[in-house]
Amino acid sequence: MSIEVRNVSKTFGGYVALRNVSLCVGNGELVALLGPSGSGKTTLLRIIAGLEVPDAADGSAVIVAGEEISARNARERRVGFVFQHYALFRYMTVFENIAFGLRVRPREERPAKAGIRERVNRLLELIQLDGLAHRYPAQLSGGQRQRVALARALAIEPKVLLLDEPFGALDAKVRQELRRWLRRLHDEIHVTSVLVTHDQDEALEVADRIVVMNQARIEQTGTPEEVFHNPASQFVMEFLGHVNLFHGRVESGKAVVSNDASTGAPIFVRPFDLEIHREARGAAPMRARVRRIQSAGPSAKVELAGDNGQPILVEMSHDRLRELSLRRDDAVFVNPREAKVFLDDYSI
Amino acid sequence: MARHRFIPGFGLTLGFTVFYLSVIVLVPLWFLVLRTTSLSWAQFWAIVVDPRTLASLRLTLLTSFAAAAVNAVMGFLVAWSLVRYQFPGKRAIDAIVDLPFALPTAVSGIALTAIYSSNGWLGSVLEPLGIKVAFTPLGITVALIFIGLPFVVRALQPALEDLDPAVEEAAAILGAGRWQTFLRVILPAVTPALITGFTMAFARAVGEYGSVVFISGNMPLKTEHVSLLIIAKLEQFDYAGATALGSLMLAISFVLLLAINSLQWWTARRYQGN
Repeated sequence: MSIEVRNVSKTFGGYVALRNVSLCVGNGELVALLGPSGSGKTTLLRIIAGLEVPDAADGSAVIVAGEEISARNARERRVGFVFQHYALFRYMTVFENIAFGLRVRPREERPAKAGIRERVNRLLELIQLDGLAHRYPAQLSGGQRQRVALARALAIEPKVLLLDEPFGALDAKVRQELRRWLRRLHDEIHVTSVLVTHDQDEALEVADRIVVMNQARIEQTGTPEEVFHNPASQFVMEFLGHVNLFHGRVESGKAVVSNDASTGAPIFVRPFDLEIHREARGAAPMRARVRRIQSAGPSAKVELAGDNGQPILVEMSHDRLRELSLRRDDAVFVNPREAKVFLDDYSI
Repeated sequence: MARHRFIPGFGLTLGFTVFYLSVIVLVPLWFLVLRTTSLSWAQFWAIVVDPRTLASLRLTLLTSFAAAAVNAVMGFLVAWSLVRYQFPGKRAIDAIVDLPFALPTAVSGIALTAIYSSNGWLGSVLEPLGIKVAFTPLGITVALIFIGLPFVVRALQPALEDLDPAVEEAAAILGAGRWQTFLRVILPAVTPALITGFTMAFARAVGEYGSVVFISGNMPLKTEHVSLLIIAKLEQFDYAGATALGSLMLAISFVLLLAINSLQWWTARRYQGN
């Protein structure tokens, strides 16, 4: 079921957490709200859940499955919510945790005991924890706890699923496994989901669409490919992975980098869009010196120092690195293959 | 215990603990019991089943239990508002909670008697309504509530601070109402601490003397707390009788505390992992 947020603002005292934000999430979509801490992404998620009340304003609305729900409290909204630190009931077993949302229903809506047991068992199967129904949360690993929290949220058959940094408290390997698992799960059950994260890899890997937020506003909305390859602003470019910053001018659609860092428009180049050559090539190669070579990992990273000492990061294949046989302090030339210039940001 | 620790000396610390507990707690109590053995079983039993003894035991346990129960409820509210909310004067209120700890109990006893007696501040209002407080079991309960409150509040505060507010939000989102959230989520989480507070307030009340001595009126068979009965026996130079009562109280307290502690251990152990 779809989610629509219209013109929502939220201030805490004098602090503006959201400024006139509007957002649409289509039925069955998995959307990531991506941004640094303090960008308002969690506040937006909590407003959809009913845990925060937006500032009163004309035209402001929160619509889930076609119904305006601003006036309803969290209890009545029937959304699923997964917290960063699990928020499991620690004195209840895994089974009791998952059953909680069913057991607190008024008598006439509550499924019979056998019905509850059946549904919980099905969810335990879904999260692959069938054997652990009678454990307490303290006896589970972080990844297992978060899966229990997810099952608990799904037990009430929510209209939408909201996840607040669900993998934030886990270590790197578990995080990756779990986010792939979440993506597969989503492909299986197709519940409309909004995931808050500050980890761009997570957002790029899991989401159908990414909403990049910064300073209480939405910077860009698009598929992972769109936001990564066609960032709408300098902020999006910088937030989605490492970038090198040069200065220069734009000549008939081509960026010409000047060697003087203080003049010209800012030009952004991703580390893998830079080439290193032993000899000068192309229109305006930059001279640089090798500072450090880091070849552990899927690609090799070479740190250079430009003419004026500015650091430049280049990423290349291991083959290319071997071909160049670079050593520390070698003098090389750097050519950008593709660069981005945000003319809007270059207004003096 | 063979595992390496940075601070060594399990043997040393355990030895010291046993030694210290013995000197401070066990030896005096042992002498108490020893003193009692100067009585024959028949004599001891006669003291135990004396109607005056039984009446005072009954009064002591009932008023202590009532006071601890009231404190468990009211102390919870006080601790809750101190932990959950920010308000002006919070520090002052936090300090007021400790006053019954610090005040000499006789002072609180006199103060309570003064306001609850028939010409006192509150007593003069309550008495026409048919509620007599001073010199009745109710008065004793009031005094025991007074001295027991800090135990419950101080035991609960850390447990409530430890409670993640997200857990309440989770309960609400899952559809639980306020009462359901309280009964199913908050209360079970703080039950061990609540039992601790209750136990300490109860234990303190059973052994209380100073604050009860004035407000109870000490009427044998009616308003005589056990500690007052013991003092009464001492004043009549009936040392053996006093120690016999002392040993009896020791046994009762020990059994009660052991039972409550096991209950608390059991509730806490269930969900704390292995």
